[in-house]
Amino acid sequence: MKFRKIGLMALASLFVASACGGAPAAPTAAPAAKATDAPKPAATAAPAAGDVVTIEYWQYNFQARIDAMNELIKQFEAQNPGIKVVHNSEIPYDNFLDKIAASAPAGVGPDVATMFNGWVPSWVNAGYLVPLPEKDFPPADIEKNFTSMVQGTKFQGKYWALPTAVRSLALFWNKDMFKAAGLDPEKPPATLDEFVDYAKKLTKTEGGKITQEGFAVEMNGQAHQWFREILTRQFGQIPFSADNKTLNYGSATACNAWKWLTKFETDYKTGSNDLFDGATTAFTNGKLALHIDGSFRLGALAKAKDLNFGVATLPTKDGINANFGSFWTHGITKKGAADPKRLEAAVKFLKFITSPAAGTLWVKTTGELPAQLTAAADPTLQSDPKLGAFAKAMGYSYATFFVDETKQRKNLIDAFDAVRLQNAEPCAALADAVKKDQALYDEFWAKNK
Amino acid sequence: MSLNTRRVIWAYAFLLIPLAFFLFIRFAPTLFSFDVSLRAFNPLAEVKPYVGLENFAKVFKDIGDPTHPTRKAFENTFKYVLIGTPIQLVLALGIALLLNSITRFRTIFRVIYFIPFVTSAVAVAWVWRALYMPDFGFLNLVLGLFGLPSQRFLLDINQSLPSVTAVVVWQGLGFAIIIFLAGLQAIPETFYEAARVDGASRWDIFRHITVPLLNPTIVYLAVLQTIAFLRMFTEVINLTRQGDGGPLNSTTTVVLRVYREGFGSQNMGYAAALTVVLFFVIMLITLVQMKFLQRRFEY
Amino acid sequence: MATIATDLAHNAPAPARPCPKMANVMAYILLSIGAIGMLVPFFWMIATSMKTASEILKPQFFPANPTLENYQTVLTRTLFPTWYVNSLLAAAASTISVAFFDSLAGYVFAKFNFPLKRVFFLLILASLMVPTEMLVIPWFIMATGAKLQDTLLGIVFPGLITATGVFMMRQSFYGVPDELLDAARIDGMNEFGIFTRIAWPLVKPAVAAISIFNFLGNWNAFLWPLIVTSKRVTMTLPVGLSFFSGEAGSDWHLIMTGATLSTVPLLIVFLFMQKQIIQGVALTGMKS
Repeated sequence: MKFRKIGLMALASLFVASACGGAPAAPTAAPAAKATDAPKPAATAAPAAGDVVTIEYWQYNFQARIDAMNELIKQFEAQNPGIKVVHNSEIPYDNFLDKIAASAPAGVGPDVATMFNGWVPSWVNAGYLVPLPEKDFPPADIEKNFTSMVQGTKFQGKYWALPTAVRSLALFWNKDMFKAAGLDPEKPPATLDEFVDYAKKLTKTEGGKITQEGFAVEMNGQAHQWFREILTRQFGQIPFSADNKTLNYGSATACNAWKWLTKFETDYKTGSNDLFDGATTAFTNGKLALHIDGSFRLGALAKAKDLNFGVATLPTKDGINANFGSFWTHGITKKGAADPKRLEAAVKFLKFITSPAAGTLWVKTTGELPAQLTAAADPTLQSDPKLGAFAKAMGYSYATFFVDETKQRKNLIDAFDAVRLQNAEPCAALADAVKKDQALYDEFWAKNK
Repeated sequence: MSLNTRRVIWAYAFLLIPLAFFLFIRFAPTLFSFDVSLRAFNPLAEVKPYVGLENFAKVFKDIGDPTHPTRKAFENTFKYVLIGTPIQLVLALGIALLLNSITRFRTIFRVIYFIPFVTSAVAVAWVWRALYMPDFGFLNLVLGLFGLPSQRFLLDINQSLPSVTAVVVWQGLGFAIIIFLAGLQAIPETFYEAARVDGASRWDIFRHITVPLLNPTIVYLAVLQTIAFLRMFTEVINLTRQGDGGPLNSTTTVVLRVYREGFGSQNMGYAAALTVVLFFVIMLITLVQMKFLQRRFEY
Repeated sequence: MATIATDLAHNAPAPARPCPKMANVMAYILLSIGAIGMLVPFFWMIATSMKTASEILKPQFFPANPTLENYQTVLTRTLFPTWYVNSLLAAAASTISVAFFDSLAGYVFAKFNFPLKRVFFLLILASLMVPTEMLVIPWFIMATGAKLQDTLLGIVFPGLITATGVFMMRQSFYGVPDELLDAARIDGMNEFGIFTRIAWPLVKPAVAAISIFNFLGNWNAFLWPLIVTSKRVTMTLPVGLSFFSGEAGSDWHLIMTGATLSTVPLLIVFLFMQKQIIQGVALTGMKS
């Protein structure tokens, strides 16, 4: 009996040794994983049996998106009995990038994957995606039918991915606070000047402490996008050169927009992201009057029952409208393109999930807006009291060509912190951040001539 | 087969698995990590070309840039060591001496001081994050009770690093106390008796008997805590907003940079180069510390 | 080393030296203040876990109407139960492996003579010089290549045998008299039987010590499980708690509930076994 025990242990540890020496190991699953993970990646390995082609689709874990995609897959499979789609949505957002990365060298993973629009260049750069076949997705059609944001993911003159839906930003305001401050609760600030004025009026202090915030800059939220793509344009600076190689949002003109933004915390003291556990929390809990956020926030705000809020298009300046678009976009991986049968299935699937009908289904489940213009122009959507503000911005939204979204966000967060915490000169802090961003771009373009 | 040969064969058979383990799971990966540090290693890409010392050049260039996160990471890591280790040792020794001087409730105190050590660092970090919250956190409520102004702790650029250090010290205190207690109880009672017969004061006894005889324990704990601070990661990623080692990189550590670069930005070559530098720093500091502390207390 | 352990175990009274009474009272006061500092975070954690969402942004110490609703929410709507099981499996598997293989290797190094013994032993000790942080990148690449991501083996493989444990067990086996082993050999017992039936039982306290130390270490491990798990269902408790808290945003009542759920069970075990655990940690901690 003792020998059996040692034998088992020996076996187990030899197994470890061999597995880590690089030899292939039999798949072992953590017992916990078994219960919920019915479709195993192994399923994709053998499309031979029968006429059914199995493709694998991955997206990050977000319940509304999972529900919407499950519904789309159900419809797709009903229309295409020869294709089976395995849906992996188990991976949390924070892990998604490195788990995709991990699956790539192992030759497993998705045939069709969903990525943040800002990741497209680096995924292409790594050789992970294949360009969308032009005969199935003619570039002219894409540019005609989809929101202009999609053009932000054009890279090396090609399209690599297409979205089902997109997001933009809007102004959220607390109607009860407007009433209490003597402002018209149905008239949110329409211009940047009004915005400053309202923010000041809506701020309340008690003994030097802010008890109600007018507006707080949430740099780790959407404020960096608001600044980079929107405020710069409104102050007269196009943030990126046409070839996306030169960054202009560190210029003197752009700095006017930056100073406008930093003053909320340094001069007007209408609020701070450090208060009430962050601006989003503060707005949700009725401690903040004006907030800039995306349509994806609507779901969480719907749960705050006491909150009486409205959603409007972003304030303008000198009549200039601009908005920031971001989206999750679907591409075909090298693995998906390796086998012509799977590629054909992947193309069909991609066409299906990026159709106007898919976009319409998507907006109902997730609150994200259809990427196809015909679906976005739907009058009921345009006049929706909450979603309408986002849909109206579709025509003038810009998607940022990110090289490293995380680092670029961090650079602006740091610049903002330097201004508010260390009294750094705003323009110098901004220039420093943009210099760091520019270095990332230079490095990127050096590798992608 | 002679009895001796048989025993040698048994020995090799017994060692087969452990040796294979250390070879494949410890030794080979160490070399592999040097290898990765010499490549442009993007795990997404098929080709991971050798780039010579480019990653190291970049690490040292970044260390030279006073606002670069990597530079801040090294600065902070040394600050954690320099602030945390002495405080940890002095507090633990003080408490151990107190515990050694009392007769009742000793077990209860020992258990209480040890509780944080058996708690997961992740849970501890989140609890402290709640304690540190501006306005509504426990610590600011207490300050309010005494009419003191509320503090921003983790959100303040100057208070953030000491605040993180305090959490680590708090959690590791119990372990250091237990080790000190063991060291104290290993000092033979005769030494104390002899000193008392000579009319030595309590301070003299502490200075000339306890400290010298406790020297190996002090050195051991100092080295151990220093290494623990050099490897700090869990506390920082869980204590700071979005795990970014902020505000303004004021709490970030080398290992956090390794994680962000290697597993966030797909820059594994650079991350591996960072770990190689960390490896040499740890080795150097350990050697210096052992020499220095041993000499200082030589009698 | 053994004497230290017994001293701790029997809670040897302090050396009887004349203590001025005032100093003694001071000692109790100081120790009590420290003890409060140790315990307050846990009270705050539990108190917050019983608050409602609307009480979080209010300046108050205790919940107005303590509720257990948060526990129900966290236990039913998150994967905490799964994370418990994962952590338990990972910690148990690595502890069993460590208890066996560390002893086996320690035994061989203490009681056998063979060519290259010194080299092997130094190889194992040298591995202590390399911090695990340096190995996570190679391990990750290896685990990915071997498809060990999100598997129990993937989580535990780096810790299946420990150099510290081998070293400690070697020291312990030195204390086992050779005569006992030789007597068994004369009786015709084979070497493996001698190890499991004669030598191992004699070093049980040391085995228990490294087991406890390892169990705690693996139960609370964060960096490697964070890297090697990607799906929620395969996460261990610390990784799950970290993700859960990051995503709960400002729902501090839920985060503190999660923290309570992940600490209190282990604390209860600790309180029941405090003597053995503290002794085990002290013994392992003193290995140098």
